[in-house]
Amino acid sequence: MPSVPLERLAPERERAVWGLLAGVPDPEIPVLSIVELGVVRYVRAEQDGRLHVGLTPTYSGCPATEAIRVAVREQLDQHGHADALLEEVLSPPWTSDWLSEAGRQKLRAFGIAPPQEPVASARQLRGAPPVTCPRCGSRASERLSEFGSTPCKAHYRCTSCREPFDYFKCI
Amino acid sequence: MSGAGTPGAAEAHVRYVLRLADTSLILGQRLGEWIGHAPALEEDLGLANLGLDLIGQARLFLTYAGELEGHGRDEDRLAFLRDAPEFLNLTLAEQPNGDFAQTIVRQWLIDSWQLQIYEALRASSDARLAAIAEKALKETRYHHRFSAGWLMRLGDGTQESAQRAQRALDELWRFTAEFFAADEVDTRMQAGGIAPDLAALAPRWSALIDEDLAAARLRRPVSEPYAWHGKRGIHSEHLGHLLAEMQHLPRTYPGARW
Repeated sequence: MPSVPLERLAPERERAVWGLLAGVPDPEIPVLSIVELGVVRYVRAEQDGRLHVGLTPTYSGCPATEAIRVAVREQLDQHGHADALLEEVLSPPWTSDWLSEAGRQKLRAFGIAPPQEPVASARQLRGAPPVTCPRCGSRASERLSEFGSTPCKAHYRCTSCREPFDYFKCI
Repeated sequence: MSGAGTPGAAEAHVRYVLRLADTSLILGQRLGEWIGHAPALEEDLGLANLGLDLIGQARLFLTYAGELEGHGRDEDRLAFLRDAPEFLNLTLAEQPNGDFAQTIVRQWLIDSWQLQIYEALRASSDARLAAIAEKALKETRYHHRFSAGWLMRLGDGTQESAQRAQRALDELWRFTAEFFAADEVDTRMQAGGIAPDLAALAPRWSALIDEDLAAARLRRPVSEPYAWHGKRGIHSEHLGHLLAEMQHLPRTYPGARW
């Protein structure tokens, strides 16, 4: 370790790592970075002199979790942070509320409808909220399936432009 | 592991976590059998997604159980190299898929049970269990919405679908007595503040069941006094067949990697 005091070095290094992680795409929705997805929980320089990076899985069984871990490791190793520690964070559990505003816009541009409302209001058991079609902007859509091509998505169809689309589940 | 007799606190803790792990793992494996066979593409995806969540939850529980046990068994060794009597899942989880109605009824019964358990476990004195439960609960709510929705469509659907749903319910109901039959593992964990009091959860489960059954226009079967003992490692004849398929690859090619 250099002789610069940790508290002066830390914020700079943390910022640099956040920047690096913003360059790691989600393996299943590559328009989103893992930072925009809310998967990176913290980047902290701790007293042990090492950088601690907290990652949380979106869904317990999401196969991308392992791929994300490998990609983060590679990114950090290649940019001089081979000593950084990756930690799995389970609590609080990931929620679609953590998707950033920039992330939501990118999803829409990619043809995936972002989650419509905060999870807190989603105790609406059987009545699904209306979902806006990411292609034509119509609110007239119907749910085809609660599930889709990945654990984080459901399957919808627009009844205006007739195109099917993915909806990022609200959880 | 020792057989009968009172388990020590550490052993009870491992067994308790394995019960949660194995119920999710075995049910997840069963759901995987539907892939390519479900009545519609949407339901094929749905069942596979439920199975994926369940296996994900099982991995978290299994990893933790292995750490608690301290014999160096990781999630893979626990999933693939234990024999049937060492599996501690609820007997209902291993019951065959049957027709779509039977799969849905089995799912809905276990979803409703997991909802109660995970909600209560969030307050566990075991922080790791509480964290896994909190994560699993969000997914389980989604699962219950799916299974209760289908229960309603089947029960309140055509004459044929209603008959099949009722038949499945009558067939599977006897396995639910095990859900709340507390044994020495449960009571020991409850005393340590790790597990909830099963007796207190039973009425909540029962109320949810009645609410969903009323919406589905199905009859609640009469309960029988006999409880199955899958969670003690005493299983129905179906588990061995399931394990033979699930464990075939790692047992035939030990240590194989992708």
